[in-house]
Amino acid sequence: MKNIRLLLAAAAAVAVSMPSCKMKSTAAAVEGGAASKVYVAPGKYDEFYNFVSGGFNGQVSVYGLPSGRLLKIIPVFSVFPENGYGYSEETKAMLNTTQGQVPWDDQHHLELSQTNGEQDGRWLFANANNTPRVARIDLKTFKTAEILQLPNSAGNHSSPFITENTEYVVAGTRFSVPLGAEDVPISSFKKNFKSTASFIKVDSSTGHMSLAFQIVLPGMNLDLSHAGKGPSHDWFFFSSYNTEQAYTLLEVNASQKDKDYIVAVNWKKAEEYAKAGKGKKVPAEYAHNTFDEQKQLATSVMEKETLLLDPKDCPDMVYMIPCPKSPHGCDIDPTGEYIVGSGKLAALIPVFSFSKIMDAMQKKDFEGDFQGIPILKYQDVLHGEVQKPGLGPLHTEFDGRGNAYTSMFLSSEVVKWSLKDLKVLDRVPTYYSVGHLMIPGGDTKKPNGKYLVAYNKITKDRYLPTGPELAQSAQLYDISGDKMQLILDYPTVGEPHYGQACPAELIRDKQVKFYDITKNGNQYVTMGEKNVKVVRNGNRVDVYMTAIRSHLVPDNIEGVYVGDNVYFHVTNLEQDWDIPHGFAIKNNPNAELLIMPGETVTLKYTPLKQGIQPFYCTDFCSALHQEMSGYLRVSPKGSNVPLRYGTGETAPAPTAADTVAAK
Amino acid sequence: MKHSHSLAAIIIGSLLIYSCGSGPKTDSASGNAQATQAADSSMVAGGKDASSQASADEKKGTGKFTDVKLTHPLDQAMVTSGKAVYDLKCGACHKLTGEKLVGPGWKGVTDRRSPEWIMNFVTNTDEMLDKNAAAQSMLEVCMVRMPNQHLSDDDARHVLEFMRSNDNKN
Repeated sequence: MKNIRLLLAAAAAVAVSMPSCKMKSTAAAVEGGAASKVYVAPGKYDEFYNFVSGGFNGQVSVYGLPSGRLLKIIPVFSVFPENGYGYSEETKAMLNTTQGQVPWDDQHHLELSQTNGEQDGRWLFANANNTPRVARIDLKTFKTAEILQLPNSAGNHSSPFITENTEYVVAGTRFSVPLGAEDVPISSFKKNFKSTASFIKVDSSTGHMSLAFQIVLPGMNLDLSHAGKGPSHDWFFFSSYNTEQAYTLLEVNASQKDKDYIVAVNWKKAEEYAKAGKGKKVPAEYAHNTFDEQKQLATSVMEKETLLLDPKDCPDMVYMIPCPKSPHGCDIDPTGEYIVGSGKLAALIPVFSFSKIMDAMQKKDFEGDFQGIPILKYQDVLHGEVQKPGLGPLHTEFDGRGNAYTSMFLSSEVVKWSLKDLKVLDRVPTYYSVGHLMIPGGDTKKPNGKYLVAYNKITKDRYLPTGPELAQSAQLYDISGDKMQLILDYPTVGEPHYGQACPAELIRDKQVKFYDITKNGNQYVTMGEKNVKVVRNGNRVDVYMTAIRSHLVPDNIEGVYVGDNVYFHVTNLEQDWDIPHGFAIKNNPNAELLIMPGETVTLKYTPLKQGIQPFYCTDFCSALHQEMSGYLRVSPKGSNVPLRYGTGETAPAPTAADTVAAK
Repeated sequence: MKHSHSLAAIIIGSLLIYSCGSGPKTDSASGNAQATQAADSSMVAGGKDASSQASADEKKGTGKFTDVKLTHPLDQAMVTSGKAVYDLKCGACHKLTGEKLVGPGWKGVTDRRSPEWIMNFVTNTDEMLDKNAAAQSMLEVCMVRMPNQHLSDDDARHVLEFMRSNDNKN
């Protein structure tokens, strides 16, 4: 307790001495025993896994809550130096697209799989914003298991949100683009540009994804979305902006109208129309990459076709709900009745009623149409508006006790309000410019209303300065009482957008600890040191190598020439948790490897110059880790050094030719 | 707190901690390192060294195996299966002669250790390394904790049979 008090005093002193900020005082951070609420003692586990999007680093980072400790970075859409993801021969295909390998993308939103509207801890879905893709991460291994590219999409922002039994993952386009690849003037936007909402079917047992259909919508920007739940189970809701259909200087031209729309899509009907052949199959090339756990190999298949559904041919499938003004977040409360739109340029928060929406649709009482899609009347479907909540409402999550929490980007605060009477109940500052916020399970039927995390865009003065670029910031609030309380802020990796969190026990006990080597189906596996070999075929050399504490076999290799393509297939023979081995060879311009216990991973190495190239294990493994190394001799092209290899007494011994050469 | 540990014990303790890298168990391992200077040769099964504290537990080790029934003659199917396990999971560190590689050579292991000790060691490696005096003294020789290779109970029994075969038992 004394230590905690000291800590608090120190924190208070720092807070007081901090340069004053024009936004808010930082003193709130140290009120009421905040440190003890986030203290997780050594050897103790956090209560929640928090998955946070990596933004421009293309990865997903995993934090523990309430400690804010970084537990893991999962590479998804970007190559990763830690384990050779995207570099190793086994994983290269994961980043394959119709444009070849795309080594770096922008990862914005995450969604945990659900069963009956509750988190089930099986998979995590992630979007790539730039080159549109959706990934599935397996939460038994924390590895990216599958990546599906999306045709007819650009700026895959409204993604990846899921239905309450993970039937579909959706991906709405941010940029409208012409369908197909025709060459058209940008100024023909209104005529030629379309937005699409892609529906990806998820196999309920394997998680395997396939593009089921795409709904073609008028050219506009789909921003975010969420599926309905409970009574609104059949529906998906997408926020939109730029229904002005501008294509230049959007910052002015896309803010002309007083209202844009929330697009309501009946995905059940869409599914029926797709099955009934109401869609149009059109050619479309897109990559579908899967990682086979058994073969430990990613493969990339080019798909050839997509199914387009046009709302004109599919009555009652799509409706427009007017929403002021450039709505951003589009969030559904745990009961499935309330749809919260967040007009990011509006000074209020509109809340729509699903039952009123259903009534209005039945009465066919429309105020017109948007390129053929019926527009409901704002007042008819409105549950009410939260008045003067703050400036720049972006996102809303729920605590399961009838309260909503909305992030306010411009006024840098989180505002708590009541769904029932739309009264503001509490507000707390964020530091600063909060984007998404997240409550564990806060977008499901069963939120865990203990904590709220704010993901902030600006971090000035929160941490030690680190040059022009500062760490991004997440802030943890205790929301279990009437008043929200800031209890921790911690830096994050990349720019966090959305996050997801679930109770640790949902995931913790299912973890794979090592791969059973007897089930290793990699085609280049070496089952035990007896099977080690080096095989030359033309200028290709395959090294079948093993690693175990604390040696590599073979550790002496000769007879490799400049320009050879050398493939090191390294099998980690360990069968123990947390004992990966690394593999690195001097001067390799490709990468290094990290091989999990029981796994085989391949590194390609093309030596450019002759010389002795040492290789070694890069992951500390035992007291004799430094000794886990070896040599590759690279001889000039055209020389006749024979292929030899070994370890210990089987290592190559000098020959007469070597002796002569040495003289 | 003991403040009188020799430098050597501290170094050994550090190595143990680093080579395991997990869990509070290593604390007891480092604490015991100094106390277990007994040479490995004193741990022959059947116990010439009756004056030592080598209890039945010490001889049989800690684990689920308390009474392993040996078969005579050797079960050749088990020997074959045990050799396959050896080739995949053990041969990287253990020779079949008496020569130490990373771990001790296997020649004579069935004379040095009881069947229970061997099966407990290969299936309950970490606890044995932390608690068993003979295992700890071997750790001081090898300086690498034996990787737990997660052998099934059957695998462990088959490996034992292969060891017996290697020692020309019948």
